[in-house]
Order: sequence, then structure tokens, then C-alpha cells
Amino acid sequence: MTDKIAFDIVSPERLLISDSADMVTVPGTEGYMGVMAGHSPVVTTLRPGMIDITNNGSDSRYFIRGGFAEINADKVTVLAEEAIPFSELDLAVIDQRIKDVEEDLIAAKSDAERSKVEAELQELRLVRAAF
Amino acid sequence: MASVKEMRTRIAAVKSTQKITKALQMVAAAKLRRAQQQAESARPYAQGMAKVINNLAAGVSGPSAPLLLAGTGKDQRQLVVVATSDRGLAGGFNSGIVRLARERIKALLDSGKDVKIICVGRKGRDQLRRLYGNRIIETFEVGPKAPSMVLAKPIAQKILDLYVAGEFDVVTLISSRFKSVVTQTPTVRQLIPAQVEATGGTAPFYDYEPDEESILTALLPQNIGVQLLAALLDNQAGFFAAQMTAMDNATRNAGDLINALTIKMNRTRQAQITKELIEIISGAAAV
Repeated sequence: MTDKIAFDIVSPERLLISDSADMVTVPGTEGYMGVMAGHSPVVTTLRPGMIDITNNGSDSRYFIRGGFAEINADKVTVLAEEAIPFSELDLAVIDQRIKDVEEDLIAAKSDAERSKVEAELQELRLVRAAF
Repeated sequence: MASVKEMRTRIAAVKSTQKITKALQMVAAAKLRRAQQQAESARPYAQGMAKVINNLAAGVSGPSAPLLLAGTGKDQRQLVVVATSDRGLAGGFNSGIVRLARERIKALLDSGKDVKIICVGRKGRDQLRRLYGNRIIETFEVGPKAPSMVLAKPIAQKILDLYVAGEFDVVTLISSRFKSVVTQTPTVRQLIPAQVEATGGTAPFYDYEPDEESILTALLPQNIGVQLLAALLDNQAGFFAAQMTAMDNATRNAGDLINALTIKMNRTRQAQITKELIEIISGAAAV
């Protein structure tokens, strides 16, 4: 397959990357979605997780924290609340994040809030385990 | 007439002022470039978000529409967010924003509305305090660092909390829009209810996951923060541009003053020498 899909990853502060790839996997709220060229138009919210970009057999990854994605047949726009390239990520950063979230969990007041924070914590632990 | 020595001190004083304004101008110019770049790079996010919200809002209307989009249906209680800078020495930058804010607040008050104010930036608070001190409910400082989500989020949260608690019907933001290095225009924009532009029929038909309403409910509060951040970044760039221009003018004025003073000093000195010469010559002639 030669068709590529264009993608933008944008955080509130800057445009991280604008490129094209064979497939982009985004962490949708209702499960990971692998997006290739010709995908039907979708708007989805995202949960914290990894964006996987597969291009010519090579892989690059971005860690994002929440946000949403707008998917068209020829383009994916990821608007992340926070986005960090995987290469800039290291264990210390993740550990710090886990610690922050654990504190949030203690501070969480309502059940809804608690379950949201728990989901985030679980995701972070998964990311940590991937190292 | 001032003595030559007095004038010499005066020139030295103006020179050191000039050095300071020159330094400030150069610092502002350097910071402007960064601030401008930041304002630019925040734009894709704000635009992307606005686009999605516009698409969504077209499909969601009627009684089920989220409060942030539909509003409360009233406009009695108004919250005005005034964003300025913390520092001065930027010509009419802050005064321009505050003037617009004052006009707007006055117009609202005259038509019998209740108005409360949130100030972002010390200068705005200082200028508004004289007239509307009892209406200011909170002040945020911009701080020495460039605006980021860390700054915008608590402000957005405060606004949202107040709105959800039913304290206000309409929230507007007054800040400076950065058009170019020479023009920054104070503008008013409405934050809540969210303003939606009518989209042309070109929008593709999207599937929504989970569904329109929950996405919209998640997006609208975020959008407040994003719009605030965009406004603050614009303000920051505008501030440095205004400061650069103001300091450039000040440097030039100081230069003019130095020239005028130097000429005056030289004249006075020459007059004195001539006077002394005449005295000597007439003294010699008398002998």
C-alpha cells in the first residue's frame, strides 16, 4: 500500500510534528484506533497513552495526555493537552508523573474523579512497564 | 541662566537615562521575537479546536445543548476578564486595554447590568481599582515567565467554577490583539456562551466517539483555557512590541535633548570666554 496519511500532533503551546505516515495509532477513549489513509471521518476524545506512528516499517512514538483527534480520509489532527516525543521521555519524568497522579488520587473528592485519575494512573504504569 | 557645570551634569543624567531606555528597547526586541513565535505556535491548536467545536455545535442545539454553549438565556450578570501586563514602560499598551474595559463596563452598568471583574496582570488592576475597586473579585498576576497552560488553567478553572455555580450569565474577555509590531488593538471577545461561527456546508460528516454531547462537554471547558492562553500570548507579544516602540521613542527623545543641551552649553561657554576676552582686552587698552 502506497497511500500515506498526513498527521499533525499539536499541543496548546506548539505544533510538535506535521508529517505523513503509513499508519497512526491513537489512544481513543473507547480503545486504540489504527488510522490509515481512507479512514471514515471521526472525531474522538483521547485518553492518556501513546501515539504510534508507523512509517516504512519504522516506528516513532509520542506520549500524550488527553485531548482529542479529528480524523479525515487523508489527515489526522491530534490536539493533545500535553504531548511529549517518546525520545524526550525518560523514567524519571514518568515516575514523577506517577507520583503526581497518585497524589491527585488521594486528593480526589468524587467517585467520578477518582475513576478518571485511576485510569490515568493505570495508563502511566503501562507506559512505565513498556521501558 | 544655568551655569556650564550645571548643564554638564544635566547632560550626563540624560545620557544615563538614554542608556537605560536603549537597553530596555533591545531586551524588548529580543523578547518580542520569542513571544511572537509562541503566539504563532499556539495558533494551530486554537484553530483546530474552534473548527471541531463549530462542526459539533452545528449538530447540537436545543434544550440538550451544554450550558457553556447555549448560555443561561439571560445577560443580566456579566463577568469581564481584563488581561493586561504586569509591567509598564510600554507606552499606551495597558491604558488602551483599560480604556476599552472602562467604556465597556460603563456601558453595561448604564444599561442596568451587574458587572464583576477579574483582572489578569497587575497594571489592569491598578488602573481599574480606582473606579471599580469593589467590583474586582480576583486578580491574577502574569508573572515573569512566558504565559503557558500553567498560568491559563487556574484562571479558566476559576471562571468555570463561577459559571457552573450560576454566578454569571455572560463572560467576556478584554485583551490586546497582536496585529503587527506597530499595531496592537484592544478587543472584546465573548468566552461564555461560546461563540460559534456558522460553518459552510462543506464540513464532512463525522462519526463521533463517544458521542457529540460528551465530546462537546469535554471540549468546551478546555476551549476556555485555550482561548485564554491564546489571548495571553497575544498580549505578551503586543506588550513587548509596545515596549520596544515606546523605548525606541524615549531613546530618540533623549538623543534630541542631549543635542539641544550640548548646543546650549557650548553657546554659554563661548559667551563666557568672549566676555572674559573683552574684559582682558579693554583692561589692556586702558593701561
